[in-house]
Amino acid sequence: MWRFLIPGLVFAVLIGFFVIGLKRDPSYVPSPLIGKAAPAFSLSKVEDPTQQVSDKDFVGRKHLVNVWATWCGGCRQEHEFLVAIAKQNVIPIVGIDWKDELPLAQRWLTQLGNPYVATGFDMEGRVAIDYGVYGAPETFLVDEHGIVIYKHVGILTVEVWQNEMLPLITGKATANGART
Amino acid sequence: MMRVRWSAILLSLLLLSPIVRALDSAPAFEDAGLQARYEALTRQLRCLVCQNETIADSGATLAADLRRELREQMAAGKSDAEVLKFMTDRYGAFVLYKPPFEQRTWLLWLGPAGLLLIGMGVAIRVIMQRAKLPEQLDSEEDAIEKGESV
Repeated sequence: MWRFLIPGLVFAVLIGFFVIGLKRDPSYVPSPLIGKAAPAFSLSKVEDPTQQVSDKDFVGRKHLVNVWATWCGGCRQEHEFLVAIAKQNVIPIVGIDWKDELPLAQRWLTQLGNPYVATGFDMEGRVAIDYGVYGAPETFLVDEHGIVIYKHVGILTVEVWQNEMLPLITGKATANGART
Repeated sequence: MMRVRWSAILLSLLLLSPIVRALDSAPAFEDAGLQARYEALTRQLRCLVCQNETIADSGATLAADLRRELREQMAAGKSDAEVLKFMTDRYGAFVLYKPPFEQRTWLLWLGPAGLLLIGMGVAIRVIMQRAKLPEQLDSEEDAIEKGESV
């Protein structure tokens, strides 16, 4: 009896692990930043390099921090959706242009439309490191108190926007229990 | 004979190549102690773009940025623990090649030892049972032999 039951059980447990493993995205790295203060930054603006943009400019307002670059294919795909979100006037989007070339970034914004209230030019990638960025595009949702309450890695989709971010923005979900 | 020697040399060169390979052409520090610490640290940190490489091996720009961060912090006199904390504060425990022992990782750490214990338990049981076996087997064999001889 045991002779057949035990290998069967072991097999079932193994299958369980495999099924869970299949459904998980191995490239996803959970952010330790959730629930903590968004890192401070001060960068020159892509739109006008003589001016600075800083995290302090958005204190008291919920805002998105979107890390992008012209060399990033996913960002190109995502851009149209960001422009659409910006048009809805729900939340200001702050851009961080990660390790990019200024003329290319400026052309990107004039040609594809500019969804950002301001974009910081992070040429050296230091702000990106502070934000724990490892693959653009990445989008952070920061609340009024400057706390990161949500992070999305990869292209921002309608599903993520409507199911995860919008409830947090409009306050219809609690900050910590928003995942449904 | 000559060919054998050549292939031996080539093989040993091939085996050496991963050790010799270095991404930053010049050493980061003149001080040998600092350089050794730097190299040890780069081998403990994961490149998050290409997840199965350390930042010592990876050619990704993010790995280069993280190495620069490491060099600067070490030059500023930060300890290994401080530098590693800087990295885990930003990228989580995943950035470490050797994950810390915590609630999420206990199975990972204890799993192999547990499996080994289970395996040993099974092996001991099987051996103990086998140890009892010969007498029975002998008598069975005797019976068979007797049966045959009849």
